[in-house]
Amino acid sequence: MVAHLASLALESIFINNILLALFLGMCSFLGCAKNIKTATGLGIAVIFVLTITTPVNWAINHFFLRPGALAWLGFPEADLSFLVFIAFIAVIASQVQLVEMLMEKFSPGLYTSLGIFLPLIAVNCAILGTSLFMEQRAYTFIESVVFGFSSGIGWFLAIVCFSAVLQKLKYAHLPKGLDGFAVNMVVTGLIAMAFMAFAGIKLT
Amino acid sequence: MSFLKSKAYKTFKKPLIEANPISIAILGICSSLAVTTQIFPSIIMVLAMTFVLTFSNITISILRHVIPKNIRIIVELVVVSSLVILADQLLKAFLFDVSKQLSVFVGLIITNCIIMGRAEAFALANGPWLSFWDGLGNGLGYGYILIVVGFFRELFGAGSLFGIKVVPDFLYQIGYVDMGLMLLAPGAFILIGILVWIQNIFTGQGVEH
Repeated sequence: MVAHLASLALESIFINNILLALFLGMCSFLGCAKNIKTATGLGIAVIFVLTITTPVNWAINHFFLRPGALAWLGFPEADLSFLVFIAFIAVIASQVQLVEMLMEKFSPGLYTSLGIFLPLIAVNCAILGTSLFMEQRAYTFIESVVFGFSSGIGWFLAIVCFSAVLQKLKYAHLPKGLDGFAVNMVVTGLIAMAFMAFAGIKLT
Repeated sequence: MSFLKSKAYKTFKKPLIEANPISIAILGICSSLAVTTQIFPSIIMVLAMTFVLTFSNITISILRHVIPKNIRIIVELVVVSSLVILADQLLKAFLFDVSKQLSVFVGLIITNCIIMGRAEAFALANGPWLSFWDGLGNGLGYGYILIVVGFFRELFGAGSLFGIKVVPDFLYQIGYVDMGLMLLAPGAFILIGILVWIQNIFTGQGVEH
């Protein structure tokens, strides 16, 4: 069991990295990587939100949406799985709001450092994407906690690597058209290639 | 002829190249990379995206005087996700294989920044007619990048187009090898970087963003 979970974590951090292999969360990745501090803050906020939203969405899906889930209410043949998208995005948006409020109340220090990133995260496709993958791959509860957390770690690693490379890139002389978005994509490609070297590692 | 001079046409034309949502505004990159390993799913994705974008623009533009300002994001998300559910159900009903291949990326149209961006920047300030053209233009501007990327990735990665082999056999016999990297993530990143570079050379843009 532990080995299975560790292998799931390893896979979602390195091999199927949510950003570098599955391309999720590119917008905020490209937008917020100019400064390492911002990138780290955003990365931590993503880990935080993913670890909370994935299990909650698992529960919503398990008890309300999947085919046959409403048996405990007396509707064994009900299938609400078409509502998955709208339910997940509503859960994510409201949870981000909730996390923001709780953080402001109980941990003002963390709130001031992460606060500005939280609203951005509600529309980050990494969050919705992780929940959708969780639903599609039919993870159990424990697996979905591990999957959410380690996907967050993977995203965090990717954005920190990327922003470190960008800092060096500031001093490079690039052709005019290549500068900016184009070179960012090439750099991301090279980082993705480095992460591909982890492919094939298995714990079980 | 008069249509070519109208404001609607200008609204339609601007996002195609000049203000392209992907290469210039840098929005909605995720799906442009993930679904483009082959050209056919790319085209289906473009259709789904254009459908959602156009109708969400129209709907939000019609509702723009009714939506309270402070909860507009939630309202927009609800409009967009209803349209995405519609698109997803249609794909599942008529094109099941492609819908399997696109997997979660149809659902991820909801969080595609292009849709929220256009709703916020255009539909909330303009009428339904112009919003319709803006949505269509942005959808096709997005589509042109997707189809070009899909074309090159399938051609170089698998030696085929629309699933049909196009690289002749004798090339393989004299030692030509498909570039498997193109089908993987890094190939997509690097290819889109190079495409934007080429586009920047032709349009003379760059640096300022």
